Amino acid sequence: MLRKTFMAAAIVACTAAPLLAAGDVDPQADFKAFRKYFTERFPKVPLNDFVNGPYSMDEGLRKQWKAIDEFPPYEFAVEQGKQMFATPFKNGKSYADCFPNKGIGIRQMYPMFDTKTGKVVTLELAVNQCREANGEKPFDMAKDDMAAITAYMAFTSRGKPFDIKIPDDPRALAAYKKGEEYFYSRRGQLNFSCASCHVQNPGNHIRTEVLAPALGITAALPIYRSAWGGMGTTTRRFQTCNAQVRGEPLPAGDEDYSAVEYFLSYMSNGLPISGPGARP
Amino acid sequence: MAGTIRVRATASGDATEVQSLIRHPMDSGFVKDAKGELIPAHHIEVVQFEHGGKTVFTALWGPAVSKDPYLKFSFKGGKAGDELKVSWVDNKGASDSLVTKIQ
Repeated sequence: MLRKTFMAAAIVACTAAPLLAAGDVDPQADFKAFRKYFTERFPKVPLNDFVNGPYSMDEGLRKQWKAIDEFPPYEFAVEQGKQMFATPFKNGKSYADCFPNKGIGIRQMYPMFDTKTGKVVTLELAVNQCREANGEKPFDMAKDDMAAITAYMAFTSRGKPFDIKIPDDPRALAAYKKGEEYFYSRRGQLNFSCASCHVQNPGNHIRTEVLAPALGITAALPIYRSAWGGMGTTTRRFQTCNAQVRGEPLPAGDEDYSAVEYFLSYMSNGLPISGPGARP
Repeated sequence: MAGTIRVRATASGDATEVQSLIRHPMDSGFVKDAKGELIPAHHIEVVQFEHGGKTVFTALWGPAVSKDPYLKFSFKGGKAGDELKVSWVDNKGASDSLVTKIQ
């Protein structure tokens, strides 16, 4: 009888406490520990080079990348994005009206936490919110038009350091924590977490690929990925990562994806945007 | 199909190095779409580079070349300021060309 009451009380307690007190989550401490781990493990890699993913880990791959970078495969997407950015919506407004600084050189601020809605807003979500607010249909978040426009926006931010803010709001801290938990949780038939590859094995091979370090990993997105033969957004990469561990990809715009991007980009604060990127 | 060619030609010494990126789907004709139907072959057949009235490089492409092909080669001769013409024709008869200056 006592046991039943105890169990019931425990269940109620678990479901009734979704918000976290400031003391439970310490992003700044996490940031320091995360950075220390990577810089100590890879002392020869200059801090800003982590944003180049596998190329910061493998000299041979870097040479190939430098050769490709003379004529980057994402060039067409950037041009298309630039044209799209300059084209007004049917109502006469344009993307410039939705974003600070007319949408130029602001990619490094995303994802950001919207205190009005209490949600994390990634760049892709912001683009679609802008479209819907102006009577346009939202883009498919994984490729094509969304990739082109975010490629252009990333290009205008190249070199600018990530500047992700976690406002003093328990909902923002909860989103950060959700992202952190997603990152470190195992999933899929292969039972890998994001950390299994990107914290435990950066620089090592998984089949024929060289794994990127988690530090700076969102800086190069969106990417032209040779394996796709085309461009893909952050959403597409996360969905592919899920499929690669034989897990269920989440639908585009899922809050877990926004949360993990928020966490990873915060961990990369200060590191320069290197996108749009080219990857094997 | 206009505006599909990007080219950069750099002269150094007595040779010119040329790099180009051409935007083209390069469908092999062997791939099926989501409905299970074959996507018809649509690929570049000939790429040509001309300098000083002479053809300095010809490529005969087919289904094995991937989408948005990148090409790099060197030829003897050419100096900064010379014109270099790039042109391609595909299996549907479409074509594009571009004239650039060697740097």
